[in-house]
Amino acid sequence: MNQRIDRLRRQSVETRPYISTERAELTTDFYESDIPLRHSVVVTRALAFKHLMENKTVCINEGEWIVGERGEGPKATPTYPELCCHDMEDLQILNSRKKTSFVVSDQVKKTYEERIIPFWSGKTLREKLFAAMSPQWHMAFKAGVFTEFMEQRAPGHAILDDKIYKKGMLDFKSRIADRRRQIDYLNDLRAYEKDQQYQAMEICADALIIFASRYAEKAAELARKQTNAGRRKELEKIAEVCSRVPANAPRDFHEALQAYWFVHLAVITELNTWDSFNPGRLDQHLWPFYRKGLEDKTLTPQIAKELLECFWIKFNNQPAPPKVGVTEEQSGTYTDFALINIGGITPGEGADAVNELSYMILDVVEEMRLTQPSSCIQISKKNPDRFLKRACQVIRTGIGQPSVFNTDVIIKEMLHDGKTMIDARTGGPSGCVTISSFGKESCTLTGYINWPKIFELACNDGVDPSTGLQTGPKTGDPRTFTCYQDLLGAYSKQLEYFVDLKIKGNNVIERLFANHMPAPFMSLVMNDCIERGLDYHNGGARYNTTYIQGVGIGTLTDSLAAVKYHIFDEKNITMGELLAATTADFKGYEQLQNKLIRHTPKYGNDEDYADSITEEVFDVYYNLLNGRPNTKGGKYRVNLLPTTVHIYFGSVVGALPNGRNASLPVSEGISPSQGRDTKGPTAVVKSAARIDHARTGGTLLNMKFNPQVLAGDESIEKLAHLIRAYFKLDGHHIQFNVITAESLRRAQEKPEQNRELIVRVAGYSDYFIDIGRELQDEIISRTEQQSF
Amino acid sequence: MSGKTSGINANKSGTCHASGTEAAEPDTTGLIFDIKRYAIHDGPGIRTTVFFKGCPLQCKWCHNPESWKFAPEPALRLARCLRCGQCASVCMQNAVSFTEDFPLTKPDKCTCCGQCVELCQGGAREIVGRQMTVAEVMEEVEKDIIFYDESGGGVTFSGGEPLLQPEFLLAGLNQCRKKQIHTAVDTSCHAQPNVLEKIGPKADLFLCDLKHMNNDMHLRYTGVENTLILENIQYLSRAGKQIVIRIPIVPGFNDDPDNVDACGRFAASLPGVTRIDILPYNCGGNEKAARLATGINLMAAEMPDDEHMASIAELFNNYGLEIKAGG
Repeated sequence: MNQRIDRLRRQSVETRPYISTERAELTTDFYESDIPLRHSVVVTRALAFKHLMENKTVCINEGEWIVGERGEGPKATPTYPELCCHDMEDLQILNSRKKTSFVVSDQVKKTYEERIIPFWSGKTLREKLFAAMSPQWHMAFKAGVFTEFMEQRAPGHAILDDKIYKKGMLDFKSRIADRRRQIDYLNDLRAYEKDQQYQAMEICADALIIFASRYAEKAAELARKQTNAGRRKELEKIAEVCSRVPANAPRDFHEALQAYWFVHLAVITELNTWDSFNPGRLDQHLWPFYRKGLEDKTLTPQIAKELLECFWIKFNNQPAPPKVGVTEEQSGTYTDFALINIGGITPGEGADAVNELSYMILDVVEEMRLTQPSSCIQISKKNPDRFLKRACQVIRTGIGQPSVFNTDVIIKEMLHDGKTMIDARTGGPSGCVTISSFGKESCTLTGYINWPKIFELACNDGVDPSTGLQTGPKTGDPRTFTCYQDLLGAYSKQLEYFVDLKIKGNNVIERLFANHMPAPFMSLVMNDCIERGLDYHNGGARYNTTYIQGVGIGTLTDSLAAVKYHIFDEKNITMGELLAATTADFKGYEQLQNKLIRHTPKYGNDEDYADSITEEVFDVYYNLLNGRPNTKGGKYRVNLLPTTVHIYFGSVVGALPNGRNASLPVSEGISPSQGRDTKGPTAVVKSAARIDHARTGGTLLNMKFNPQVLAGDESIEKLAHLIRAYFKLDGHHIQFNVITAESLRRAQEKPEQNRELIVRVAGYSDYFIDIGRELQDEIISRTEQQSF
Repeated sequence: MSGKTSGINANKSGTCHASGTEAAEPDTTGLIFDIKRYAIHDGPGIRTTVFFKGCPLQCKWCHNPESWKFAPEPALRLARCLRCGQCASVCMQNAVSFTEDFPLTKPDKCTCCGQCVELCQGGAREIVGRQMTVAEVMEEVEKDIIFYDESGGGVTFSGGEPLLQPEFLLAGLNQCRKKQIHTAVDTSCHAQPNVLEKIGPKADLFLCDLKHMNNDMHLRYTGVENTLILENIQYLSRAGKQIVIRIPIVPGFNDDPDNVDACGRFAASLPGVTRIDILPYNCGGNEKAARLATGINLMAAEMPDDEHMASIAELFNNYGLEIKAGG
């Protein structure tokens, strides 16, 4: 990395995230006016967005090529009071908590106390949402049966395709104008809604053009003042780029990156979308510009790389907006899940899509060592091994990136969703591991569901042992069960109840966003919102898939396996004994616990006894959820991933029949229970492949390798073979932590000396010192697959 | 102890499989102390390594001392021991006593019944070694066929000394051949020539250990002479087998230029030898030896660093063979 990049990178890494009230104040100014009373909701939202784009600070950092910050500067983190208005206690916690903290200045506190809180209190979407949920929903939410993604953030998970590289905002505007002219006021009963939606989209397109032109002016002004001739030329170039894009389609590599970045900022300024936003398949989008630049000699690989590195830093400058409460526990990270996709196959031809830029991006990932953006490679059987091996070399450096996805099974998953072949090939993993068709899908993750908690309720006739409350339906006293199927049946009934409860809530929440918090800017760039004249939050996207993310398949499988094996097959434990032991958190039952831990079949060891139960519990969930309708014309699908929720979910679950003590984490993703896989990585991969990934929308398999296992070229080759074999078995995704347990323990002791240590947490990487102690411990305890 | 009732006699003629012997072969039993999947340093591709228990050598640097004894034996990882005393109270043979606050197992009394392992809450106790049939071994081996196919891997029979259980080994090799699984035998080559004659044709690759070219040194540090070993390696070479020579680099024992030269010249003289692997000594054996009740005393050598390994590799470069450090 050259000096310019090194300086920008250091600025990004060393600046502490802080809360900025600029967005909150501008939004409050806007809503205090009478404008909202004079317009429809969607037009109001567009005008609020325009107000932000016209007035927020314009920031050009010294030395950068790609410009634009979400806040006033790097790491300035805005808030979204119309969605969730933090109270004074929240601000105190944000400022003082050990992990993912934000500096909250006295001025910020004052502004909040005097202006933001008095205005927004009682008016936020979060409050509307909680007020609209049933007592049963609240009871389950409090018990930790499920989480709610939309209580502090807006639906997102949207990934862009190639449209902004071909068309500018002016082109979008003229298409909207066309569509608006075609509205049939006589026969189209939605004519007015369409007209309002189009008007809002037009305002948003203008707003972004204004924002870019403000950057152009600022750059020109800085150029005039600049005494250094070199930088003056650079600023003039920046001014030229910003006056061109995103109003017009980009003409070269630099303009393409800048065009995306403005669109990115627009999306994350309009609302605090989950998983921010994401350019998707960057090596594909940039390839035509790269090739043309080399051909006409306006670009060199060195310049392209420097521009990419500048682009990388822009992502790292934007921490995820502050989260509190359960939302923080389920996703405690600054990372905002922008996942750069490289590799895979071309949408039109289905051909190998790996190009020179794919390799260059791997170089950038390796050199930058940043947690944001995250990166992944898509691997199809058509992609060359050398590409996979190069990615494995980057993985070996221990930055937890790139994660590896199986394009061939992703296409099967997309087709299972009912997508067209071309749309299937246009997509990939969106933020974490969940698939979407890029540029055309509203893929909404609505919350995690705690399978081990639901199992615990099934063991207690629906009563939550930690509160004594009847939280689930009565499914019988397990002491009266005569066979394993009785218990599985009780679990299934509990699960059905909570899935229904969650869907009922989701049906309301989707309408809240559609009616109160439309996203006209996001709608502008996602097909087919313009064609349909429909908002992204209201079914405007071509595909509208909803998920409730299943968590704890390893813990659940092992618990069911323990009951089946010891109570009903071997008959060496009675249900009464087992329940007495779990109720006592195994105090006084240590021998029994030992038997459950060490002498019981476990998922992750490639043994049919436990793995067939994994298949069974997957099917139970799939049959309950898959294909259920949502309110946006789309359907529910199944995905299995945890982010950091397995820690929180574990904290609300008592001791379980797999021998796990109360409050310890549940298993994460589709990984085995922590430390319970003893047969090495091939066994884990075989067990994980018992889940039918083709019928999911994504699964997450995390593996930890000791670096010695990856020493030398031959080991890299073998890692690549391991991945290929998993993918032959239709595995969806695999990622690796390459680190020794000792080095992690050292980092716990001396965090100040280990600031740069990055680990793969779940669907993302994070600085080890930035994550909570419990999660640190959990990462250490994940089985080290050593091989000598 | 192992495989006395196997079909080895009926199967002497090599590739000819009479149906009667095939039925018997999977039932052949042998003593195994571990089966390790995703073994990536024991031959080409991703492999499963089957560790035979029992070894005619007692190398002073051995990193698998639990492989020496040709019988199951108890082992204890003291760091995991909770000092609960369950093992002492459950033992029917009174083989376990508490001395200085930790359990001491008398190897002559222990019958390896496994009761204490079952009860051990810390997971500190284990019985090393168990009788397995070839069918049982194959069930484990076949689980990773997809990885062998993907990577050009297969099975490595290692130890201990696999040639010490020839009938069992032969049955395993035959079963692998039937399933078209690539096989390697990782051996000290200390075995009677007729054993090599039987095994030779059945294995695809031999990983032959070469400890020292000087007979006296060899005897002093491994307990056996090297004459038979060198003859057997030469035999395998003459028989047209593919061979990788594996040399543990033990500082102060075999890393002097004279021995390196002698090893290099020996390896270079053998057709079929494609590569020399030099494996750095590691002290893991001492840790493992301490777990055993039998009290094995190993040498404490220095662990060679990368630089030292590179300099040894450099010396080996003069013999026209591929050299791989780290196996």
